[in-house]
Amino acid sequence: MKQKTAFIVSAIVLLLIFVAGTLFYSSQQEKAAAALAEANRAALVRMHSPTLGRQDAPVVIVEFLDPACETCRAFYPLVKQIMAAHPDKIRLVLRYAPFHNGSDKVVAVLEAARRQGKLWPALEALLASQEEWSPHHTPQVALVWKHLEGLGLNMEQMAFDMTAPEIARIVEEDLADAKTLRVTKTPEFFVNGRPMPSFGADQLKALVNDALAAASR
Amino acid sequence: MNLPESAHSAHDAAPVGWTLVFIAWLIATISTLSALFLGEIMGYAPCVLCWYQRIAMFPLVFVLAAGLFPFDRRVIHYALPLALAGLALAAFHLALIAGWIPESIKPCQQGVPCSDVQVTWFGFVTIPLLSLLSFLFVAGLLAATHFKGSK
Repeated sequence: MKQKTAFIVSAIVLLLIFVAGTLFYSSQQEKAAAALAEANRAALVRMHSPTLGRQDAPVVIVEFLDPACETCRAFYPLVKQIMAAHPDKIRLVLRYAPFHNGSDKVVAVLEAARRQGKLWPALEALLASQEEWSPHHTPQVALVWKHLEGLGLNMEQMAFDMTAPEIARIVEEDLADAKTLRVTKTPEFFVNGRPMPSFGADQLKALVNDALAAASR
Repeated sequence: MNLPESAHSAHDAAPVGWTLVFIAWLIATISTLSALFLGEIMGYAPCVLCWYQRIAMFPLVFVLAAGLFPFDRRVIHYALPLALAGLALAAFHLALIAGWIPESIKPCQQGVPCSDVQVTWFGFVTIPLLSLLSFLFVAGLLAATHFKGSK
């Protein structure tokens, strides 16, 4: 009887310590992430960063995105929905975080499409066809071209542009900023400089709603 | 163990053994929860050797608990191989970090290299060292249970 009590009490105490530790650690991490974003505001948006929406929109969503990341693909329609629900109120800033091996080449393709004014259609086309050019989570730049047909892009020019040193520098700088802000997973969102407290669609919506409420005050 | 002399008689040997196995269970459970905390909550990616040590550690929580209710001395035979395998892996891991084992036979090429030390507390306490100590204590307690029982 005493033995059973000792066992059950220890098991419960250990589990409680684990749960308390987890809660404490995540709250510390949350504060640290917010402080880090606050201290590194300059790293959130760069001059070269592509944006969508009105320049003077009160709410700015910065998204660190990897074109080969499945969760980024899943979140993209959600971000578009949030933006459509609040027209002219939200600006999206795109930052590249090509964490998948070989994904940086795909980012270069996107930047080459940007030079022809077709970044967003190209991004949408590539996210939609992600499984085909990134089989088994291995992005292969040779497979992306056929998914960009029909967008009216000059592919020869793109193949030339994507090797431009300016594009390599953009990717490098975005990755450096991701490191500064400790973005290790994609997608990562910052809404008016605030990171998500924990990852999830609801958390993103709540953060945007907070920012919208603060802006209209 | 603050047990009276009579506890060492054949009839009352079980409580001593029970306590020893219970302490071994506590160590295995604390180690398992710590490994989960480091991996899942703090986000340290376990290297290949860490995974093998986890494979030896995690079942101990259940095997030892099953041996406690009702107390079954044979739990030593089932748990000791796990503890010794884990001990060997942890020792190998530490030797790898210390550089006693040459580069060429490192078993990890992808992901987190096992020779990478991600966490160091107080200047010398590393995760593989804690793993080694846990396995050592579990194996020691199981051995103690065995010898206590044969008296």
